[in-house]
Amino acid sequence: MSEFIISPAPHIHGRDSVVKNMRNVIIALVPAYLCSIVFFGVGALVVSAVSIISCVLFEYLIQVYVLKKPNSVGDLSAVLTGLLLAMNLPSNLPWWMVVIGAFIAIGVGKMCFGGLGCNPFNPALVGRVFLLLSFPAAMTTWPLPKLLPATYTDAETGATVLSLIKEGALADAASGATVKLPTYTDMLLGNMGGSMGEVSAIALLLGFIFLLATRTITWHIPVSILATVAIFGGILYLADPSAYMDPLTQLLSGGMLLGAIFMATDYVTSPMTKRGQIIYGIGIGIICVVIRCFGSYPEGMSFAILIMNAVTPLINYYVKPKRFGGK
Amino acid sequence: MKTFKIGGIHPADNKLSAAVPFETVPLPAQVIIPLEQHIGAPTVAVVAKGDKVKAGQLIGEAQGPVSANIHSSVSGTVTKLDTVIDAWGYKRPAVYISVEGDEWMEGIDRSGILKEQCDLTPEEIIAKIKNAGIVGLGGACFPTHVKLVPPPSMTVDTLIVNAVECEPYLTHNHRLMLEKGREIMTGIEILKKALKVDKAVIGIEANKPDAIKYMEELAASHDGVSVQALKMKYPQGGEKQLIAACTGREVKSGAIPASVGVVVQNVATVFAVYEAVQLNKPLVEVAITISGPSVKHPGNYIIRIGTPLGDALAMAGGLPEDTGKIIGGGPMMGRAFMTTDVPATKRSAGLVLMPESLSKRRPVMNCIRCGKCVEACPMGLEPYLLAQLGAKQDWERSEKEKVTDCIECGSCMYTCPSNRPLLDYIRMGKAEVMGIIKARAKK
Repeated sequence: MSEFIISPAPHIHGRDSVVKNMRNVIIALVPAYLCSIVFFGVGALVVSAVSIISCVLFEYLIQVYVLKKPNSVGDLSAVLTGLLLAMNLPSNLPWWMVVIGAFIAIGVGKMCFGGLGCNPFNPALVGRVFLLLSFPAAMTTWPLPKLLPATYTDAETGATVLSLIKEGALADAASGATVKLPTYTDMLLGNMGGSMGEVSAIALLLGFIFLLATRTITWHIPVSILATVAIFGGILYLADPSAYMDPLTQLLSGGMLLGAIFMATDYVTSPMTKRGQIIYGIGIGIICVVIRCFGSYPEGMSFAILIMNAVTPLINYYVKPKRFGGK
Repeated sequence: MKTFKIGGIHPADNKLSAAVPFETVPLPAQVIIPLEQHIGAPTVAVVAKGDKVKAGQLIGEAQGPVSANIHSSVSGTVTKLDTVIDAWGYKRPAVYISVEGDEWMEGIDRSGILKEQCDLTPEEIIAKIKNAGIVGLGGACFPTHVKLVPPPSMTVDTLIVNAVECEPYLTHNHRLMLEKGREIMTGIEILKKALKVDKAVIGIEANKPDAIKYMEELAASHDGVSVQALKMKYPQGGEKQLIAACTGREVKSGAIPASVGVVVQNVATVFAVYEAVQLNKPLVEVAITISGPSVKHPGNYIIRIGTPLGDALAMAGGLPEDTGKIIGGGPMMGRAFMTTDVPATKRSAGLVLMPESLSKRRPVMNCIRCGKCVEACPMGLEPYLLAQLGAKQDWERSEKEKVTDCIECGSCMYTCPSNRPLLDYIRMGKAEVMGIIKARAKK
């Protein structure tokens, strides 16, 4: 026996860790989170606190008492799921609905499959889509942004850009009626109705830069989604500007940026290779524009990501990295 | 600045001993020289107990085409032929010699005077290299004379000298260039002649600017010899990666470098070639690094084969108290030793002593499918998948997914945020699949 440690090479490690990556995504969400507090005030605080606490609690209870495995809350993945779920909800959603969403996200979306790393679908989106289908009215009544409002479920509500367009705002505008769509500046800053975390494009882009700078994610998924949406949306717009929104509105409205930067890039549910990630991104872009422009829902980002999550194992099977010395 | 395109990582290089000149480890009272220090057939002892030997005298004769002679590194008396537990933990036959004085075989030039002129034919050069027992000193220990005679179907046009030294901590190749640059240049000319090529490229990573500058100065007066400064990236010292970095050529899966017209020799091998051909000196001493975060005086040493590595460590300030792991070679691809009391061999690159706090693997978590291992793999493989297939013992698919292309550089495991033992599984799968392929070829 040796008093020294014997193990095979490599003997050093880059000190990257799951916690570090989760923490980086949480930090990257901070600007968007602050914006949501500025615009939606108390509601945003309540919804996010309830979402994070319930996600962490459900993960702890299921992991320790159902799966009988060591407590895994410390890896921060449940905190991140909770935060992402909240970012995808309207800030006036009743707290008990948030708890149900968190239970579905963690319980059904993640722990059913074995916990961290095993889930085929993005847990936060599973929770969000469950709420959207179960409580369609509450999930599509959006509070209007104000400066630090003290309101929660009693907030003044209005429509989102996408729902206005779905109701024919573009055709109305073309026929000369006055329609109040947010300006590009409003959309960049977040001065419009929507889920609490999706409204400010600038804040989300700041987070994107942070994720790229810390090498937490690479550009492949977000850029391929956004480029596809811009091109596909652009073609539709050129074909009929009175029926389809312009590509910039496509990019700045709804959950596009939140989805492309933070939801679609979830490690567990996106492809492993760069080429696969680009295919996945293009798929999300196309499906999202199709739902937005031809479907019955005004917004299709969540569905697009979940559908491509389902395709991910297939992409991993067929799309290989460029082998050294290969063809 | 050039580098290879696919994958790679950037570990801290920790070249603590880069500025420390070589010291010679004093002769021990006894050397233990294993009779198997290379890839290929073991040698057979040609001395017996009680024989008097001189330094440079043949003691183990090469067997078959792929093998390399072994010589005594000291003068003295053979005390026994026995086994020794070598650096890899294997029992190997070895010759034990008690050291008496320091008498060398006749004809070995120990004057220290640079001898640049070489009038030998390629065949004579290769014969001398073969007799001197020279093997690749970059770690693979493949007999050099075999590499110098590529299959007739392949035309070699370039010699690449591997002076990358991409393993953290190791610095003896760096020092060798600074202290033996002219000898290395002569070695390159000899190898060019043996291979009948006009072009030689010395690949050096950017963290050795003094060596790049010095070798460039020397290369200026040598036709066809150039220095290629390389952007730092591990594992650039891997043969295929280095060829890709220097020439842009990719050696196909399962092929040898000569298939793309290249032969690669490590810079220490080139120096050994100089000594063998010009000075008639067989490979009886090697250059090593002793280093580590807590080592008192990290340094570079010339050590006679058979001397305990611990003797060099003693000169570097002894075993640090906090040592948790003794690594033979670099921390990315070296082996963990049970003791420092192992004889130096042709394979030795030195010792890296790791403090206990850095020695333990961290707890393994579930794979989060981040794809960072895929991004890091310099062979364009999918380490997560190969590890998974290894765990499931799915050898058929492992073969299809090219597990045999793995160069075991460890980049995947270094990168993994979940601390998964990727390379452990891949190594197992690779060995298993190689066995299956060999068995199939036999049928």
